[in-house]
Amino acid sequence: MERHQVEVSKYKFAGGFETWAWFFMRISGVVLLLVAVFHLLWMHMVIKVENITFDVVASRWTGAWGPFWKTYDVALLIFALTHGFNGLRWITDDYIHRAGWNAFVKAILLVIYLVVIAMGAYTIFSFTG
Amino acid sequence: MAKVNVTVKILRFNPDVDTQPHWQTYEVKDIDETAQVLDVLHRIKWYQDGTLTLRSSCAHGVCGSDAMVINGHNRLACKTLVRDVMPVITVEPIRGLPVIKDLVVDMEPFFSHYKAVEPWFINPDPPPTRERLQSPEDRARFDDTTKCILCGACTTSCPSFWANGKYVGPAAIVQAHRWIFDSRDKGTAERLQILNDRFGVWACRTAFNCVEACPREIDITKAIGEVKKALTFGTVDF
Repeated sequence: MERHQVEVSKYKFAGGFETWAWFFMRISGVVLLLVAVFHLLWMHMVIKVENITFDVVASRWTGAWGPFWKTYDVALLIFALTHGFNGLRWITDDYIHRAGWNAFVKAILLVIYLVVIAMGAYTIFSFTG
Repeated sequence: MAKVNVTVKILRFNPDVDTQPHWQTYEVKDIDETAQVLDVLHRIKWYQDGTLTLRSSCAHGVCGSDAMVINGHNRLACKTLVRDVMPVITVEPIRGLPVIKDLVVDMEPFFSHYKAVEPWFINPDPPPTRERLQSPEDRARFDDTTKCILCGACTTSCPSFWANGKYVGPAAIVQAHRWIFDSRDKGTAERLQILNDRFGVWACRTAFNCVEACPREIDITKAIGEVKKALTFGTVDF
């Protein structure tokens, strides 16, 4: 196996964007399985749908557990959006073959992604009650 | 041996007269139920309709010439028995490649992807006086991917390849895997760089159609996964 050790140095972490995008999808898939499912269970089963109001969310973010819930919600926001929009980027590569349209659609996806992340993060961090 | 009658529906296309492919139905009588679908197609071509066009060569599942869609699955016509697909057998050309005539497709896009991964032995060291030795363990590492016969069943079953023909496709990755994980070969880094592209291994969305399609029962998605893993962790030692 000595040969491989020689080879490894040549392409070690030659990974690049596509490699890490793929790796992120694997990791974020597992993370979302826990984070998103817990979010659904907590909101819908524990708090119950009929009780979800502005006050419930406000007290959650401003209470003693505020920093935890803010971190949790930011993590959910970033993981879900990045995972979803990377999926859309892949689908764009699958189906939109013309280079110009491909770049155009991806640019729009990137803008929507950044705007929604910014809006969500701003809401969570600037929230005072 | 039991004799059976089968109805064969074939998706036909003649570029000289047709604008669209169309179905044509044939009745084949008194055929052994253990005959191959290839035998049935030859019975049609030789005794009923000489215009039916198909490729075949060895007829024993080794040359990879007669991959086609049989009852909706990518299969070799010579490895599929009548009794497993009767009484109505539908036959279509493999998907995602241009149809030349009837069941014959243009394999050139497939082979150009194959050539792109440099599917030959790369080792600049001068050859030893005898063979380049390899331990049985090192040989076993890539045994599965040596079984590929380049029939195209996997690549033409792949939704990513249907969606975008720029995708190098499972067969080419299997062939690259065969060299990447061969301890005697030194083109590892080169081939990994070629496959590290959004139309290389990263266009694989793990649909697993290739695994179902492979007539050689190669664990293709696993082989692709191993190439992805090698790119991610920068090593082929696992």
